[in-house]
Amino acid sequence: MSRRFTPKVVTANRLREGDVVYLAADDSWTPHHHEAELIEDETRAAARLALAASQPLYVVGAYLADAKPGPNGPEPTHFREEFRTRGPSNYAHGKQVDLV
Amino acid sequence: MYSYSEFDEAFIASRVAQFTDQVNRRLDGSLTEDEFRPLRLMNGLYLQLHAYMLRVAIPYGTINPRQMRQLAHIADTWDKGYGHFTTRQNIQFNWPKLPDVPAILQALADVGMHAIQTSGNCVRNVTADHFAGAAADEIEDPRPYAELLRQWSTDHPEFQFLPRKFKIAITGSPHDRAVTAAHDIGLRMTSRDGAPGFEVFVGGGLGRTPMIGHKVRDFLPVGDLLPYVEAVLSVYNILGRRDNKYKARIKITVFETGAAEITRMIEERFAEIRPLFKGHDQQLLADIRAAFASPALKTAPVTAYETARKDPIFRAWADTNLSAHRDADHAIVTVSIKAHGQTPGDATSAQMRVLADLSETYGYNELRISHEQNVILPHVHKSDLPAVHAALQQVGLATANVGLISDIIACPGMDYCALATARSIPIAQEIATHFRALDLEHEIGPLKIKISGCINACGHHHVGHIGILGLDRAGVENYQITLGGDGTETASIGEKTGHGFAYDQVVPAVERLIRAYIEHRTSAEETFLQAYRRLGIEPFKAALYGSEDTQDAA
Repeated sequence: MSRRFTPKVVTANRLREGDVVYLAADDSWTPHHHEAELIEDETRAAARLALAASQPLYVVGAYLADAKPGPNGPEPTHFREEFRTRGPSNYAHGKQVDLV
Repeated sequence: MYSYSEFDEAFIASRVAQFTDQVNRRLDGSLTEDEFRPLRLMNGLYLQLHAYMLRVAIPYGTINPRQMRQLAHIADTWDKGYGHFTTRQNIQFNWPKLPDVPAILQALADVGMHAIQTSGNCVRNVTADHFAGAAADEIEDPRPYAELLRQWSTDHPEFQFLPRKFKIAITGSPHDRAVTAAHDIGLRMTSRDGAPGFEVFVGGGLGRTPMIGHKVRDFLPVGDLLPYVEAVLSVYNILGRRDNKYKARIKITVFETGAAEITRMIEERFAEIRPLFKGHDQQLLADIRAAFASPALKTAPVTAYETARKDPIFRAWADTNLSAHRDADHAIVTVSIKAHGQTPGDATSAQMRVLADLSETYGYNELRISHEQNVILPHVHKSDLPAVHAALQQVGLATANVGLISDIIACPGMDYCALATARSIPIAQEIATHFRALDLEHEIGPLKIKISGCINACGHHHVGHIGILGLDRAGVENYQITLGGDGTETASIGEKTGHGFAYDQVVPAVERLIRAYIEHRTSAEETFLQAYRRLGIEPFKAALYGSEDTQDAA
């Protein structure tokens, strides 16, 4: 019996800058987790991951990360993904300042 | 220190040119990521959580002021104004952008530095005692041997695709400051009939299967170093398991083959290849030795130092951060890169420049990076110490905590590292600030806390007196504590206490351990490690867990 599919987002790092990005429903890459497309089924997830893999000049290391719906869009469910949305905790570096 | 020869310069220049071309081909799509990844790793370039990370080798932790300034320049030009000194005596830049990396490598090459063999299944940066060439207890400066090994292992055709990475550490002192017992090969200098040689340990390592190295030779004459190390690598290269990454390190090879059998195989191979070494390596070693000749140490009165000791702030710093130099009028200065609440091992570009200046003005142009993530001025005349201290104070580098509870090793953890399972840095920051607030640091005395953010153990937690390992337990950060680890000549692997602690329970747990130690120690002279060895784990377990069940040590 296969495990029930849990919602996902496609995430990767930008090839040139290394920044964390998410695949949006309009096929663009956004730095904001809440703008990502929340993928609810496995077939769609595979297709979206394949799309990411077809863009090697833009992103690297694409994978599916667990997410859940939130009031402003998808939210991460695991602390690792939460850290990736903002940057390190020891300095005000990364998205937590770059995106403000 | 050693300066690059024309051969070294040409080699590094060709590698920079190659990688520049490889980056360009990746950016224009000629290379896929699968093709590019091993190429970038061969040049020390990782992709981490938030950005790329460039790991730059600082061979055996030795660096000169010009190189330190160049690191500051790189930090300012292509990164965020700081660098992170690591437990491998390397420096890591956490925010380079891929198109800039060729320029960074060129800037490194301009000062005789590179990022080659800081990743991959090859012989990595050879690490050494950070007090090498200065320590009062030293038999001989180990750095010429480390440099010989560096030259021999760089681009060595037989050892570029080992079963797994390979780390060599070397110390010239009987007091082991280089954690040799936890390396694939550990070399400890000793002497026999007045001649120097090495005790050789093989198969030590930390990571998911921590092991203390087995002694395979009581005494290796220094002239046999290269053929012997080559014999070890050669045996490992054939026997080492390539079927399972987690069983590929030589520690597993030694464990599965047996120490006696692997010793026999090494000796057999050594007998085969020793005759092939006809003395060229020894000529090279003689040249290298000349490059490591001691600076001409100055002679002057030390009254300025004695006078300065009347200042309690200077005295506290001198008592914790100075070590005995082989010349009684000089001292070894350990500059703490562990200001309370700061990130262990992180130095700003401004701090790097001050360290370079101090090295030039007072330190005979020498600097070292320690595996404990501090910076060393190995030779400072005692009369210059007040000026050095005053200059360090100006840039937040005068923290008097070396060897104390806040002098914590911490890996980058999940604040940066893609492999991490939990954060390390904020745990270190909070322990440091908590015990400063309690004003207990000096009363506790010598204590090594080492924190890793995953089982790979870059933070050396297994050999911490108190080791802390961050794990992911069902989607929550959880920290396992080990006690009684030791990375010196009396090396031991720390023992797990029991179940782990939530992120916000780590500092209270450490405080309970410390209070138990203070309660149980025979006197202030008995260190935490000594008390632990006398008492065993039970009183510390009781302090951590009270009467609750402590059986779950998973």
